Amino acid sequence: MSDSDAELKRLRWRCRRGTRELDQLFGWWLDERHAAASAELRRGFAGLLEQQDPEIWDWLLGRGTPPDAGQAAVIDEIRTRHRV
Amino acid sequence: MSAYKIQEHEYDMIVVGAGGSGLRATFGLAAKGLKTVCITKVFPTRSHTVAAQGGISAALGNMGEDDWRYHYYDTIKGSDWLGDQDAIEYMCKEAPAAIIELEHYGLPFSRTEEGKIYQRPFGGMTTKYGEGPPAQRTCAAADRTGHAMLHTLYQQSLAHDAQFMIEYFALDLIWDAEGVCRGVLALDMAEGTLHLFRGHGVVLATGGYGRAFFSATSAHTCTGDGGGLVLRSGLALQDMEFVQFHPTGIYGAGCLITEGVRGEGGILRNSSGERFMERYAPHYKDLASRDVVSRSMTIEIREGRGVGEHHDHLLLDLTHLGPEVIHEKLPGIAESARIFANVDVTRQPIPVLPTVHYNMGGIPTNYHGEVVQRVGGNPDHVVPGLYAIGEAACVSVHGGNRLGSNSLLDLVVFGRAVANRCAETIKPGALHKQLPASACDKALANLDKLRNANGSSPTAEIRLNMQRTMQADAAVFRTAKTLTEGCQKMAKVFSSFEDVKVSDRSLVWNSDLIETYELQNLLYNAVATINSAEQRKESRGAHAREDFPERDDENWQKHTLVKVDESGKSSFDFRPVHMFTLTDEVAVVPPAKRVY
Repeated sequence: MSDSDAELKRLRWRCRRGTRELDQLFGWWLDERHAAASAELRRGFAGLLEQQDPEIWDWLLGRGTPPDAGQAAVIDEIRTRHRV
Repeated sequence: MSAYKIQEHEYDMIVVGAGGSGLRATFGLAAKGLKTVCITKVFPTRSHTVAAQGGISAALGNMGEDDWRYHYYDTIKGSDWLGDQDAIEYMCKEAPAAIIELEHYGLPFSRTEEGKIYQRPFGGMTTKYGEGPPAQRTCAAADRTGHAMLHTLYQQSLAHDAQFMIEYFALDLIWDAEGVCRGVLALDMAEGTLHLFRGHGVVLATGGYGRAFFSATSAHTCTGDGGGLVLRSGLALQDMEFVQFHPTGIYGAGCLITEGVRGEGGILRNSSGERFMERYAPHYKDLASRDVVSRSMTIEIREGRGVGEHHDHLLLDLTHLGPEVIHEKLPGIAESARIFANVDVTRQPIPVLPTVHYNMGGIPTNYHGEVVQRVGGNPDHVVPGLYAIGEAACVSVHGGNRLGSNSLLDLVVFGRAVANRCAETIKPGALHKQLPASACDKALANLDKLRNANGSSPTAEIRLNMQRTMQADAAVFRTAKTLTEGCQKMAKVFSSFEDVKVSDRSLVWNSDLIETYELQNLLYNAVATINSAEQRKESRGAHAREDFPERDDENWQKHTLVKVDESGKSSFDFRPVHMFTLTDEVAVVPPAKRVY
């Protein structure tokens, strides 16, 4: 197993959140966007997964943005896709 | 079988699960001086308790007259007289102290202008034994009560030196030859290593099994692992036919619109715009308890008054509340509705449908959190070394139907109770008895079988078959015909697990393997649920039979005990409902018709 396989598998597990809502939104990004994403976006996504669910939810609703540019870009993609 | 290397660890107590109840128990046990480890498959603050926005009930009386005995009465009535009255007395009486404790640990409750903890109304919560106005009994930390609770209890646990094994998956319970639970075999998902945690007691705090159904409000992680571990150990679960549907899951998405919306004045409407709850619950209307609202909604849909292309859902109307109230009292609701239903709640109603939300049934326990079974003539035999709390357990304080905001209360009250009990019965640092050499054999055989499973049905396919079967035949309305067919279909789905295919053969971050274990646990829970529903020939609480529309106290005021063997066959026994109290501070509430 390569390191990138293990990393992808780790990310998939970390997409398990406390709420069904975030399960769905993060699962969508991993399935639809991760493969073609830039290194910065991938780093942003991995970083986002370390944040607290209510913080992430607030960012998705446009109440503030994450301080990290890569994380903010992933939030933007999810918001754009779901017309938040 | 492959040779597996197992690392051993010794603790006084092992907690499986790090949601509200698991963290309350972990913190409590550690604070009592017991060396405690908490094993959890996801990071503690990502447990499903985070989704509990609504609040936690306690008769503090901050907003008007209230009394824990009113709360006791409401909970018994809500349970449709299937709840154990000693356990309900314990929970409601302990509630105010449990809330004040959380406040002292730093949980940031919302306040009134005078600085008291703010309390809001919730369905089924009344005053004066159902004769008075609705009670304002539910305390909240804005819309983040569950998250604030997890955060507070996790910090307290760390402060008391509890150990956490994060992203470890519990494979099986480990028993000695005398039938005492002695530990847990777990997989460290990141390293792919096996660990035997030995303890004088194991507390299962693994949550519900909502993912056994197709439309559920639960996160992916709610897979009934504790119930699966218990059934696979040959023990019985209790009252599994009682599954609560939340009246207001967003149609198509399952995402929850909290009951607080109706508490603040939201109204359910049918296709002609009628406020139909006035017909079903003239007094409390949209604030009747969840099973009453869910069943009323299902009748509206079945009688052709649903909305949408397929007339298969209803509308939750907030438009009359005005944007100020919506944004001040119900932050997050407007955005949820926009993302998952594409609706602007200030101008349009939200499409909603009853959605699986909570499992009243689970691992039977007494009010100390000790797991009990019927053994011979004793219906309250304690299983040594095994405890269960929270949604995984069936104490039973919720009986046939749980009231909103009683679940967070259940978590903290019984998480605390189990810690107190273990402090009395377990000596810190006591020596561990030797385990038989074969103690892990069964667990390892299962691991080996699933790891190398090379059948033709992928895990996801079997899971979907299970979810569709449970949704079709074990949902709100139940009849002999649909349940019998459903039991047969579930038996086939259960058998198809023999043909499961796991593609990933590694042990590191193998979510394919973990999901297969979770599916195994879900299948046991699902078979227990649908067969329990088939055998209970009455309607009570969330269990509504079209062919037996009345409650039948003479024959059925009793707890169902169900075992499921390795071939998926169910067997039944019963325990009496506890119609007695712990003290004379409150009287037994005899069965009465349940109207709101």
